[in-house]
Amino acid sequence: MTGSDEVLIKVENLCKDFGDLKVLKNINEEIKKGEVVVIVGPSGSGKSTFLRSLNLLEKPTSGQIFFEGDDITDPKVDLDLHRQKMGMVFQHFNLFPHMTIKKNLTIAPMKLLKKTEKEAEERAMELLRMVGLEDKADGYPSQLSGGQKQRVAIVRSLAMNPDVMLFDEPTSALDPEMVGEVLEIMKKLAADGMTMVVVTHEMGFAREVADRVLFMADGEICEQNTPGDFFDNPQNPRLQDFLAKVL
Amino acid sequence: MFIELEEEQVEQLAEKFVQNFIADNRWQYLVNGLGVTLRVTFFALIIGIVLGFLIGAITSTNKLNGTLKIPNAICKLYITIIRGTPVVVQLLIIYFVIFGAVDIDKVTVAVLAFGFNSAAYVAEIFRSGIMSIDPGQFEAGRSLGFNYIETMRHIIMPQAFKNVLPALGNEFIVLLKETSVAGYIALQDLTKGGDIIRSRTYDAFMPLIAVALIYLVLVIIFQALVNRMERRLRSSDR
Repeated sequence: MTGSDEVLIKVENLCKDFGDLKVLKNINEEIKKGEVVVIVGPSGSGKSTFLRSLNLLEKPTSGQIFFEGDDITDPKVDLDLHRQKMGMVFQHFNLFPHMTIKKNLTIAPMKLLKKTEKEAEERAMELLRMVGLEDKADGYPSQLSGGQKQRVAIVRSLAMNPDVMLFDEPTSALDPEMVGEVLEIMKKLAADGMTMVVVTHEMGFAREVADRVLFMADGEICEQNTPGDFFDNPQNPRLQDFLAKVL
Repeated sequence: MFIELEEEQVEQLAEKFVQNFIADNRWQYLVNGLGVTLRVTFFALIIGIVLGFLIGAITSTNKLNGTLKIPNAICKLYITIIRGTPVVVQLLIIYFVIFGAVDIDKVTVAVLAFGFNSAAYVAEIFRSGIMSIDPGQFEAGRSLGFNYIETMRHIIMPQAFKNVLPALGNEFIVLLKETSVAGYIALQDLTKGGDIIRSRTYDAFMPLIAVALIYLVLVIIFQALVNRMERRLRSSDR
């Protein structure tokens, strides 16, 4: 479960401004292969922006992001090709409502990885079985509960066989009783060695699954540590304050 | 209608019917006019969709990611001019000014005028449809590795099309009826055909009501087709 030494994502001097507002202030960070990194922090701290910068859904104002050694902020680099290897899961699922569940899982592998329909469907069914939703394959997203939607969204990303999975508050839009089923899937992924970067408010998940927890506030990574020390022995006063409020 | 008709009145009506539609084969004015109206509408529709789609794609792309600044400015200007002037004036300008010096088929002129006109409205319909899609759909597509055009094609457009189908249907109904001003360039469409009968028989009621009924039936048929398509596309919404 612990990361190897191979650096998968390297962030250098990342800055992001929205007009006058500095959302990310010169962030340097490395994500190693196999590592599970959880990012926590108060809302407005820039944690989602940071995560979305990793696959350039947010274009950095300055700084570089290296993915598997390539500078993906370089306009000459084929970003779409790199994004195929970076799965992303959104707070609001963003399933494609006009496609069946199965089609949601097969469209990208078929169009982008040139898989045959049969190959893509076999893999899709395998993934749906993994999350216990194979009976929903021919249904549409609107027929699913929030938790089911998020499970489908996770396996939709997995269908591309990504090298890293980015989770942007995957359980924040869910009813409380559905949070567990999504976290279970994420735990399973982590146990299988998937590299994961997770923005979440689920402190239990962070403590249990993370290799490393980052605390962001005001556009900076103020503190990071192994979950044990992070939660039991926080140094930064703002982190202490934050933990006092959420735990 | 509900008054019981005297035999004499029935005879009068029948006589008028014969005079307006049967005598001198006057029904041909309506049939030929209908043919012209349908032809103009059909080809104008195609120009409207193709050009409107193109313009809508440009303006919404500019809105989404700030590129295509100059094409966008041209498109905006086009939409402003077309929507800001009456279609009859546009028709007259195309016929008498742009093609004033050349001998050109009137149907072609009408097709171009109504097609270019419709394109401006269709463009705005498409743009509103694209902008109505949750940005998260776009992000989901891009994050899977689809490029901009692939995301548009596989993810945004199918949803946008479904959303704008009622508005598009409405625009096409408007287009069909709008072609009735083609008589301004002496094109013998359905309306003009009815009007010619009126001027021959000095009876306004029969030919004009007949023309109105034909338009009405066309619109009802078209509306039924659109409704059917909408129902089919809605199948994923339950």
